Amino acid sequence: MTFDSLHFTPWSALAGGALIGLAAGLWVVASGRIAGISGLLGSLLGPRDSASGEKALFLLGLLAAPVLWLLLAGQPGIEFKTGALGLIVAGLLVGIGTRYGAGCTSGHGVCGVSRLSPRSIIATLCFMFSGFTTVFVLRHLLGN
Amino acid sequence: MKKLTAFVAGLLFGIGLLLSGMTNPAKVLGFLDIAGLWDPSLALVMIGAIAVAWVPFHWAMKQKTSLLGLPMQLPVSRELDRRLIGGSLLFGVGWGIAGMCPGPALVLLPTGHWQAWVFVIAMLAGMLIFNVLQTRR
Repeated sequence: MTFDSLHFTPWSALAGGALIGLAAGLWVVASGRIAGISGLLGSLLGPRDSASGEKALFLLGLLAAPVLWLLLAGQPGIEFKTGALGLIVAGLLVGIGTRYGAGCTSGHGVCGVSRLSPRSIIATLCFMFSGFTTVFVLRHLLGN
Repeated sequence: MKKLTAFVAGLLFGIGLLLSGMTNPAKVLGFLDIAGLWDPSLALVMIGAIAVAWVPFHWAMKQKTSLLGLPMQLPVSRELDRRLIGGSLLFGVGWGIAGMCPGPALVLLPTGHWQAWVFVIAMLAGMLIFNVLQTRR
């Protein structure tokens, strides 16, 4: 392990994280809802329910964020490292995995860990572990 | 009011993701690459998010209704089963391949990068496959 001091951005990471926590906290306090992105998407792909409008508006707000960002701050730093085939495989795994695991980085990692939910803590440890392992295998064993 | 709240919460969430660096796949992969040149920034995103979300969630856990008078919709399942563990492990593999998880992938759509569109379409297909498998059981 070598510390990457060039790309390390502690303050924007903490501030961005705090804003994520604030948004999730606001929604649960005001509306009693969990800001879990995979759960919201999965629910909207299924049959309509009385909360579908609210869920869609949360996601619409999420999509409005980069538009506002582009207008006020310009293009954010974005760099992809994966080709088309990798993206398709990754997308399928993320879609299926988050639905079977009932959550992703937001629902389990932020909302669930904040509640100290044992399920969410286990889920977060699992996807962190397989995320670290996958990058290790792809970058250091297969040399991709 | 509940719709406005949902939109504002989503907007703040998205700006937080952009500010934090979670919407940059190369940065996410830099965090997941502990054996290489390691960028621990994203650990601080989690710490910042949990530190702020802690109090509202602990308040919410003690309530039956929210401030807007809506029922608290907190998960009740406590089962640590194969679905939770297997699903989360699969999710992590996809996360490690692309450096994108569901929230940041959606935020990336309007920025005009084709990679985000390919990833999101495949992700939605994966979720639909899950729905089909579920209704068959």
